[in-house]
Amino acid sequence: MLELAIKGGKKYYGWMTFLMVIVGVGFLFYMKQLDFGLGITGLSRDTSWGFYIANFTFLVGVAAGGVMVVLPYYLHDYKAFGRVTILGEFLAIASVIMCVTFILVDLGQPMRVFNVFIYLSPRSVLFWDTVVLNGYLFLNIVIGWNVLEAERNQVHYQPWLKPLIYLSIPWAVSIHTVTAFLYCGLPGRGFWMTAILAPRFLASAFAAGPALLILCCLIIRRVSNFDPGREQIQSLAKIVAYAICINVFFFLCEVFVVFYSNIPEHMDHIKYLFIGLHGHGAYVPWMWTSISLMLIGIILTVNPITRKNEGVLAVACVVIFLGTWIDKGLGMIAGGFTPSPLHEINEYIPSLPEILIALGVWAMGFLVLTALFKIAVGIKEELHE
Amino acid sequence: MDSSRRRVLQLLGLSSLALTATPVLNAFAKEAGHAEEPKPVIKPNKKALMAKQWAMVIDTRKFESAADVEPLAEVCNTIHNVPHLNNKRHEIKWIWEAHYHNAFPGKAGRFLSEEVENRPFIVLCNHCENPPCVRACPTKATFKRESDGIVLMDFHRCIGCRFCMAACPFGARSFNYRDPRPFIKEINKEFPTRMKGVVEKCNFCAERLAEGKLPACVEASEGKLTFGDLYDPQSEVRELIRTHYTIRRKQVLGTEPSVYYIV
Repeated sequence: MLELAIKGGKKYYGWMTFLMVIVGVGFLFYMKQLDFGLGITGLSRDTSWGFYIANFTFLVGVAAGGVMVVLPYYLHDYKAFGRVTILGEFLAIASVIMCVTFILVDLGQPMRVFNVFIYLSPRSVLFWDTVVLNGYLFLNIVIGWNVLEAERNQVHYQPWLKPLIYLSIPWAVSIHTVTAFLYCGLPGRGFWMTAILAPRFLASAFAAGPALLILCCLIIRRVSNFDPGREQIQSLAKIVAYAICINVFFFLCEVFVVFYSNIPEHMDHIKYLFIGLHGHGAYVPWMWTSISLMLIGIILTVNPITRKNEGVLAVACVVIFLGTWIDKGLGMIAGGFTPSPLHEINEYIPSLPEILIALGVWAMGFLVLTALFKIAVGIKEELHE
Repeated sequence: MDSSRRRVLQLLGLSSLALTATPVLNAFAKEAGHAEEPKPVIKPNKKALMAKQWAMVIDTRKFESAADVEPLAEVCNTIHNVPHLNNKRHEIKWIWEAHYHNAFPGKAGRFLSEEVENRPFIVLCNHCENPPCVRACPTKATFKRESDGIVLMDFHRCIGCRFCMAACPFGARSFNYRDPRPFIKEINKEFPTRMKGVVEKCNFCAERLAEGKLPACVEASEGKLTFGDLYDPQSEVRELIRTHYTIRRKQVLGTEPSVYYIV
């Protein structure tokens, strides 16, 4: 099936070349980072995780979001999603690859990464995150590939896949739960110390993942002869609508607990992000943009008139994707580290090399995603013609 | 699709996998103790200082100004090859001076006497009895030494994920954002330098305790710092804790810090 990924028109190759150039630029800067150390980033003694880990966290969500097409199709026998499950699985594969790459570029000593497997440390949440992420990658490759191959040969997929498919559903929940546990189990980090962090992560994941999937479906319809289907897109849109509402609701729950209890250690982080603290407020405009985008997203997806208009829906999906990205990709990590455990404020601003490396990782993920979607769409075209 | 060719390829794949079986089986056979592996023998130094859990008592009343803290930090930095980096983001700190409000956020009272407010507070790794950094480490590169409770770092195992820095509620850990060696004034060959990309922190002078010497900061403090075994009722630290009102940083988090402050 791989041959389908190298049979494409000029536009396809143009897009792939464009992505490869960005990957190349990111890679060059990564070489610089390897040589100099993580000092070329904006990270500091106080904010020791930043843009890489934030993007990692966001993308774990996108990967988990893939389950929103797998679950209705396999558990509820919602036939319409049969056309798009493969897209969800392939999106998960590309996202997990980006996640793993973000972790690798974040390491100070990446050549020692196998120490994680040599000195197994089950008490570390990072160990479990490695396990669940790699497991999820493996499950989606095996399931996606075999189901697609069976579809191409017009036979039913092998029965041994069924248990793996069922396993992949709770596994998707687990990847984002464990990722939230990285943060919410740390004593003395008031911003993250909330039991609702994992549910919050999942809610934003189930908004951002399917939103990206809708955008992919709309693009696929334009550039190929395969139509993922109006009903499919509308069902996904309803999932996005519910998830983004729940996400904002969870955030408001957080705001209530933090401010009604009036505990400074918990309030200070949210204050820093939304109104600024002791004269520092680099994230204030971003956070309000994020909230506004999510609210606009709610209005556009909940209202049936706007949701049913695919042009408006596309805008809504972009808005929701950006809103949740700012929330998780910018605020979640920097906000947790500021103020520091000694209650000092040293603001974290990602550096240009750091942003370019991150862009390179995103481009690499989209390279994988495009190739995978090219294969899937190629097979769908063969079958539906 | 040519299924017979496919079958042959599958068989080829499986048989090449089978070729790897012997070395793997051999490895397992060794693990089970069939082959005797020599165990390293460490000869204990008779002079070495031992304790169940090392602890430190800082008498903050004896610190008046930054000048009282400086020699302590200086000796630590010198013997441990702690670099001096001008970029605040890349700073490496093992022991340093903090304001009362920063050392004890959430605990600092209001309307204190000016003398207490402006006292320099020494902060360092607390060598917690329940260290969250050790829990967080995915490679056991940071660990709590069972013999004396010191939280140590293996600089050669650390992968630089910085999970321990997120886990530490005391900001005690530093990361080498760049090669630290050019920023060390004079290298002490008795202690390892670090490379870029690893985390480091105070080690309660484990290398000095092994030779029967007290931690360098304690030695330099001229009695302002006291060091001893927390679980020896006769020890000097226990005596000070018994007879003085002491506080610990963020005690409410349950990490059980081993550094006590007399205020």
